[in-house]
Amino acid sequence: MRGRAAPALWGIAALALLAAALEALVRLELVPKLVVAAPTDTAAAIWRLAAEEGLLHALGATLLTALAAVGAAVAVGLPAGYWLYKHPRFGLAYRNWLGALFAAPLVLVYPVVLVLFGRTYASTGFMGFVVGFIAIVLYTREGLAAVSPTLVRVGRAFNLTPRQEFWKILLPAGTPMIFTGLRLGTIYALVNIIGVEYLINFGGLGFMVSETYDKFDIPGMYGAIVFVILVSGGMLWLLKRIQTWLRPA
Amino acid sequence: MAAARVGAMAPVHLIRLLTLAGILAVWEALGQTGLVFGEALPPASAVAVAVGRELISLTFYRHLGVTLGEVAGGFVFGALPGVAFGLAMGARRVLGAAADPYIAALATTPKIVFLPIVMLAVGIGPGSKVALGAVSAFFPVVIAAVAGMRAIPPVFVRVGRAFNLRTSQMVRMIYLPALAVPIVTGLRLGLGVCIIGVLLGELKLASAGLGFLARDYYDQYDFAALYAIVAIVFALAALANGAMSRLVRRAEAHR
Repeated sequence: MRGRAAPALWGIAALALLAAALEALVRLELVPKLVVAAPTDTAAAIWRLAAEEGLLHALGATLLTALAAVGAAVAVGLPAGYWLYKHPRFGLAYRNWLGALFAAPLVLVYPVVLVLFGRTYASTGFMGFVVGFIAIVLYTREGLAAVSPTLVRVGRAFNLTPRQEFWKILLPAGTPMIFTGLRLGTIYALVNIIGVEYLINFGGLGFMVSETYDKFDIPGMYGAIVFVILVSGGMLWLLKRIQTWLRPA
Repeated sequence: MAAARVGAMAPVHLIRLLTLAGILAVWEALGQTGLVFGEALPPASAVAVAVGRELISLTFYRHLGVTLGEVAGGFVFGALPGVAFGLAMGARRVLGAAADPYIAALATTPKIVFLPIVMLAVGIGPGSKVALGAVSAFFPVVIAAVAGMRAIPPVFVRVGRAFNLRTSQMVRMIYLPALAVPIVTGLRLGLGVCIIGVLLGELKLASAGLGFLARDYYDQYDFAALYAIVAIVFALAALANGAMSRLVRRAEAHR
């Protein structure tokens, strides 16, 4: 226990030290206040944003957009991945394409999406959906293809219908990898949504960063950015916990 | 055998060809008729013409030069500290464990939200794009270097120590050969996100670069040219990724 807790304590201590140093630098005016907000001002600003300027509302908007995007990505991506598994020639044909798209800088298509959907939740949601969808299709196909043929043969020996085969054999056996796709898809979707919100001045948390900057509310801007980091880190942590729970080591 | 392989592969190529043709045909039809998106979706042929027009325009190359310079700067300023910090995190267990959660959280954060801080610090010129590219490139490189260090079998290190190797010899004979592949892989990912960081920065606020050019076309409602820039950027990013992948394979072959 001590071995695990000690580094975390060091990490917190280092962060506290860094914050204290930054606070001192700003208070002593060695760093201009118009460039860096003191950590205490940033913390106060997060509180102010939450109490008066709708930070939690922005969080809700971002999370709901992400939820809709990932939900749609699962609804389309899971059947698509299954279909590619069932039709190996198509799976083979599209596999490399999906891999290339997965690695491609998809967020750069946002101006095109903006042209098509305007400054709406459809644009931010679609940017999340695209990356989520590709991750989920790719990992669903790979996950199902990696299911041991023995398990599938056992199912056939029991005369399972395709539906039973999917629910009783393929899905449980493929879950760890499918969830990896879901985890990556969710993270990428969230990142893209916040990024595009910032870029087009619309929506939730990303919009808040943009708006505080435009109003020259420097502590508020730092507060919003720190909040985005907390949300990203929190989401990462949550998804990892779920994954460990799905696949106990 | 070969004939059987070709026979099995042919449908795959056919599927790809037909899919591509289908997408282009639907795109062209939607663009020509303006059925679903109206003028927002120019036909594929118009975009192809626009790509050709960009590729013979001097203005395009001036903006391309700016973007390439910013990407190169961002990559160097992000990747070098990334390698150094990653090696330190991998070598010092406590530092690694302490910094891990913060690196992971920051790596997940969309880097574009750091643009306002960067703009306050260095202004809205090319410096801010270099800085955003550097911040983007830093994290994948750190993570890859740490993972590489942790994957070195301790027995290698013990053998090196048993032979009383100096630090420089340890680096050259033990660490570098084992780290080449993970670090080059990290550099590949780092370059990819560096390109994204720079271009998003340019799209948000800039006066030069391909991102700025795309933004400019957007503001002028010249959508075919906008699609063309996006297509060219994708092709360039794919080229960069391909070149880095070749480097990864060479590192793997040398192992």
